[in-house]
Amino acid sequence: MIAQQISVFLENKSGRLTEVTSLLGEAGINLTAFSIAENSEFGILRMIVSDPEKAYKILKDAHFAAKLTDVLCLSCPNTPGALAKALKLLSDEGVFFEYMYAFANGETANVIIRPDNIERCITILQEAKLQLLAASDLYRL
Amino acid sequence: MMWNETMEALSADEMHKLQSIRLKRVVEHVYANTPFYRKKMMEMGITPDDINDIEDIVKLPFTTKDDLRNNYPFGLMAVPMSEIVRIHASSGTTGRPTVVGYTRRDITAWSECLARCFTAYGATKHDLFQVSYGYGLFTGGLGAHYGAEHIGASVIPMSSGNTQKQVQIMHDFGSTALCCTPSYALFIADFIKDSGVPREEFKLKYGIFGAEPWTENMRRELEQKLEIKAYDIYGLSEIAGPGVGFECQCQNGTHLNEDHFYPETIDPVTFEPVKDKEGELVFTHLTKEGMPLLRYRTKDLTRLHYGTCECGRTLVKMDRILGRSDDMLIIRGVNVFPSQIESVILEMPEFEPHYEIYVDRINNLDIMELKVEARPDAYSDNMNDIFALNKKLSSRLNSVLGIAVKVKIVEPRSLERSTGKAKRVFDNRKLK
Ligand SMILES: [Zn+2]
Repeated sequence: MIAQQISVFLENKSGRLTEVTSLLGEAGINLTAFSIAENSEFGILRMIVSDPEKAYKILKDAHFAAKLTDVLCLSCPNTPGALAKALKLLSDEGVFFEYMYAFANGETANVIIRPDNIERCITILQEAKLQLLAASDLYRL
Repeated sequence: MMWNETMEALSADEMHKLQSIRLKRVVEHVYANTPFYRKKMMEMGITPDDINDIEDIVKLPFTTKDDLRNNYPFGLMAVPMSEIVRIHASSGTTGRPTVVGYTRRDITAWSECLARCFTAYGATKHDLFQVSYGYGLFTGGLGAHYGAEHIGASVIPMSSGNTQKQVQIMHDFGSTALCCTPSYALFIADFIKDSGVPREEFKLKYGIFGAEPWTENMRRELEQKLEIKAYDIYGLSEIAGPGVGFECQCQNGTHLNEDHFYPETIDPVTFEPVKDKEGELVFTHLTKEGMPLLRYRTKDLTRLHYGTCECGRTLVKMDRILGRSDDMLIIRGVNVFPSQIESVILEMPEFEPHYEIYVDRINNLDIMELKVEARPDAYSDNMNDIFALNKKLSSRLNSVLGIAVKVKIVEPRSLERSTGKAKRVFDNRKLK
């Protein structure tokens, strides 16, 4: 259930994002999903990739501020309201998110979530019969 | 261990006598051979006959860096150029460089001073010195080189730069002592770590660091990263170069080679001598032939301590100079030394000792910005963590310095690494 997200701290300098993606591309690592949180000074690039361990090593060797973090991928039908329902359920149960980002994949909508309590989040979603994508499936998307 | 126990542990009485004899000789020398000093002394109505004791030094004129610049390049030489065997010059960030000349005997005296330093650190002829100060007009490289040869050590004249090769040679040759600036030592430390070669394969025992001010926290950082003992070596090119003073094993102050360079502390405003408190450090050459200076004002503030050190030396000790007055920034009327900022950064385990300070004046208000690298594991995937880290440092700086500092956390290894004297302060107010 638990997937590994790779994040990189980047200053807002032109070309840094391209450097990250081309480094990974050259190593044959695919990007499944990504998001960027930023302000005027810096940004945090968060990615789901085909091989997080390898990506981490490559970025570290190039002295990028890379980090691996445990996240979950919630998968629900790509229909209006489906995602909102799942999120409401979690917040009603008192699970908070540090951040989340979504990406659509044909019929399904996937949301990467970073809950404050990952184990509890898994239990709640499973009890509600909501689908969590296995890490191995996520990396292959 | 002492290189020259006679001189390094001379009684106060004997030192007083020696300094008195030497002062008289040097005053006679410059009066006869340096028109600049003869003119000054005539204006003051004094001759060498008025100088009979070291205490008479207060009658003599001061010398400033401007005097050196105004007599550029060779105006203060006290011997014919045929007697000068070496010329060095300071880089001089502003204006003309300051030039100094040495006779053969001056070089020997300087090497002797460095031999005392190296011996105090524990170095012997069995050591392998990697001299990674720049060789050239800068006194660091050749100074350390001659000093290490003087004690009979094997010298590897690397000069600065080509860090990969530095690390390779250090490993293959088994260098035991590294001489360079503290900032370059940091750079080398990172390189060693990146090389992946285990520390056991290096034989490095001590670092001899100087030519730029560095803090106690930086010492700990370097000692940890390189697994060595790190010693401070003090000097300034106008007086000799490195080796004017040195730390002993006590690491709590800088012994000055006062039989060669007589130190005084004065009130920088009234020019009156001060005792038992901080004052501006002033040096007079006692043995120099090539270009002796009388009462050269260093602009550095320190305090002198007389007596016998735990190490056995009687050479006067000064408080370690952490910030040179030339480096001091005045931000909205508050005096700030870059070393204070370095100290704060190094107190926090989340940050690397790599930083740059930018000062600007916007709408008539001084603004200070600090760019700093965090430790690799301190970068987070969460914006709030970065904000919190930023806040932690800026609050601490605010409470230590008494002014607001805008902190900007930058990417790892993004700030320029220095192979010599690091340029960490960018004061853009001067450009306006
Ligand atoms: Zn001592």
